[in-house]
Amino acid sequence: MSAAVKTKTVKRIRIDVDKCNGCRACEVICAAHHAQPRFSSTNPARARIRVIRYPLSDIYVPVLAGEYTAAECPGRDRYVIGGKEYEECAFCRASCPSRDFFKEPDSDLPLKCDMCESDPTLEEPLCVQWCLADALVYEEYEEEVKDEPAPDEVDEGLLALAHRHGWDRVRDAMTRMANKAPGA
Amino acid sequence: MRYAETGFNLEVDLSRGNIERVPSDPHMTELYLGGLGTNAQIMWDRVGPDVEPFSPENLLIFGTGLLAGTPAPGTNRTIVSSISPQSRLLAFSMMGGFWGPELKHAGYDKVIIRGKSPDLVYLYINDDRVEIRDATRFRGLGTLETAEVIREELNDPNVQVASIGMAGENRVFFASIEQGRASASRQGMGAIMGDKNLKAIAVRGSKDINIARPMEFIDHCNAALKYIEHRDKNPIRGVIPILAGLGSPQEMAVHDEQWHTENFMWGNARERRKGFWNPEIQEQWTGTMETMRTRLLSCHNCPMKCGASIAVDKRFCSYMMKCFSKLTYTMAAYSDLDFGLRMAQKATEYGVDAFSCPQTMAFAVELYEAGILTDQDMSGMPKDNNERFFWLLDSIVRREGIGDVLADGTYWAAKTIGKGAEEYAHNNIRKTEQLPLKLGMLNPIYFLMYATGEKANITQIEGQFPQSPFPTREENEAFVEDWIHVPDERFKEWFVEWELRGEKSIPNYPPPEAASEIVNWQEQMHYIDDSTGMCAGLSSFPLKPPFHIHNLPGLISSGAGLDLDEAALVHTTRRIRTLVRANNLRRGMNWEDEKPPEDHWKHRFPELEAKLLQEYYRFKGWNSEGVPTRETLHDLDLDFVAEEFAETGILKEEPVGSAT
Repeated sequence: MSAAVKTKTVKRIRIDVDKCNGCRACEVICAAHHAQPRFSSTNPARARIRVIRYPLSDIYVPVLAGEYTAAECPGRDRYVIGGKEYEECAFCRASCPSRDFFKEPDSDLPLKCDMCESDPTLEEPLCVQWCLADALVYEEYEEEVKDEPAPDEVDEGLLALAHRHGWDRVRDAMTRMANKAPGA
Repeated sequence: MRYAETGFNLEVDLSRGNIERVPSDPHMTELYLGGLGTNAQIMWDRVGPDVEPFSPENLLIFGTGLLAGTPAPGTNRTIVSSISPQSRLLAFSMMGGFWGPELKHAGYDKVIIRGKSPDLVYLYINDDRVEIRDATRFRGLGTLETAEVIREELNDPNVQVASIGMAGENRVFFASIEQGRASASRQGMGAIMGDKNLKAIAVRGSKDINIARPMEFIDHCNAALKYIEHRDKNPIRGVIPILAGLGSPQEMAVHDEQWHTENFMWGNARERRKGFWNPEIQEQWTGTMETMRTRLLSCHNCPMKCGASIAVDKRFCSYMMKCFSKLTYTMAAYSDLDFGLRMAQKATEYGVDAFSCPQTMAFAVELYEAGILTDQDMSGMPKDNNERFFWLLDSIVRREGIGDVLADGTYWAAKTIGKGAEEYAHNNIRKTEQLPLKLGMLNPIYFLMYATGEKANITQIEGQFPQSPFPTREENEAFVEDWIHVPDERFKEWFVEWELRGEKSIPNYPPPEAASEIVNWQEQMHYIDDSTGMCAGLSSFPLKPPFHIHNLPGLISSGAGLDLDEAALVHTTRRIRTLVRANNLRRGMNWEDEKPPEDHWKHRFPELEAKLLQEYYRFKGWNSEGVPTRETLHDLDLDFVAEEFAETGILKEEPVGSAT
């Protein structure tokens, strides 16, 4: 049985580092939008987008906040692109221990970009709206995904165990434990 | 809670090594807003008329504008105030960039420096942690080099650094304070910083800036951004490219330099070169710019791109430049753009003003050619023209040989040199070098602005009213159609009537009454910006800007939680302007100092000029000597100024219609 195909809308921000003029308006309006009440304060330290700036190396990279991670990377690589040397972190969205970006300054709680989800829905995230240089461009596109029912969580777990230990051991363990289970 | 401002100043006594976080009085915000306004108030209160520029009692105030760091586009300015070593009057040198908003986020509106450190130090501000740190090993480093080593030492690439170079350390009278993308260049604030043995102030902040009425405020911001996009697509027709758009003159983007190179003066503000600009030069200079300019740059939270990264000796960026500094070195030295950009790189690291410095060097060459400075005076000067200017720059910032004399600027250097040198220091107002511009017929509006601009810097008073009419009345009429910015309809009428030639042309038109009001409007807009920290490039400087007298009261009020309507903002601005003037009057400035350079226009009209000045004084509520009357001062809550002026004899006249 082949799974049906359905489309889903993916939101993305296209970041053109060549067009960035380094003004940080994206940080300012992001922090203001996420303030409570809305726009009641601003503070780039709370922004979910940061411009990685090294003016004398002509490096300006807007980065949006992504997932939280508890650990630093084991090593730090460097990318050389068109003669400019970027640290790996310049492209990384993580809220992580190795930098003070994407954390609430008071509590250290991680911050993550939510594409300015709000009610009513905005046409575009505000960082994009405020970037008149068009270094940030909002795009939506349709992506085809298989329309399968989500796999059962127990099935998934058992599959993983079988993959690791073999079905014989999983079957033995299940039989042994099931016999001892309450109500057996 | 305080809105837009933090409500705290940082008081630093470098003599004693004492640092205090001091709450500011909210009433002062109501009276003077912030930035220049509150700077002028502090200078009045704490720096007496006899305080020498280079004395521990002189203050050096880094005052952010009231709205600096808020989401309002373009609000990023810091106003640096002190007593200028050059004019010996109140200085208000301004910088955009990123330093001011960072200071606000660290929790301070101003850094007020007093005293004098025994050794070279820098100040490190990181929220509540403030340290005076050793900088002796940074002595002699360039301004950008200093910023980089401080960032390394603090292990923080996001620290914003305002620093001085060798010129500031050696108290060159036109030394600047550089901040990467921006600089406080005029009036020698770098020399004061150097005198205090303060190499740099490094700032990092992570606190909130609060907005009083958020939705109203953000509506103003969004409307401004929309208007900026509109203006970008609709440049003003019939004017030269740099006047057509917003921002400071778009020198980094524009390649057509016919207007500057043929209308501004070369050398020591000396020679106009009509016909200079030709296709060959256009191609060469465009090539230079296209090769050396690697990126257009903005200041904090501003969509304009007035600056640029310039790569001289590096592949991507050696320094950052803005505005007319593009051409000042080139034109002073009669050289080309490649030279100008290379020279500016050195000058930026040394930290000098790009108006005064090139003119002072050209002045030296002129004196040498006239035989006033001798081979002995100029011992060691290379023969090659470009090399000469590099040599002069080095001598000045090190204060070596003749450089020690030239480092005081053309006015003071001419006094020291004597032998007729004073004739050559011809382009000054109040001892300060002016734009190198020499014109034919006196323009009454510009006469008044040059004469009475408290800062003696035309670009920081002009802006809202076109410099001349269009060739036809129809074009004048078309211009005023969407001119929503004027205070009232009379301004449109004055402009529509204005003619290039004929009865209603300069010097007699606009008449003194209209000229006074036109000047008053233009300076008013600058005083608002200088106090709110709004960049002039989005407000007081370009024609038809996004921010103007009709929407600024709402922006300021909703941001800072004030209750200012248009009349109240105008009144507040008058108060600030008058207090700035009072600071200068108590230091001995008087009406005789209010004159443009003798040769600024070929055709001068002493009687008309006297009439213009008197009418302007009358309109401002000043007496015939240009001193605000007791009534005017009372009306502006400046009775304390009236009292001092009565005591010291500056204010002699009795108030008109006095009750007693």
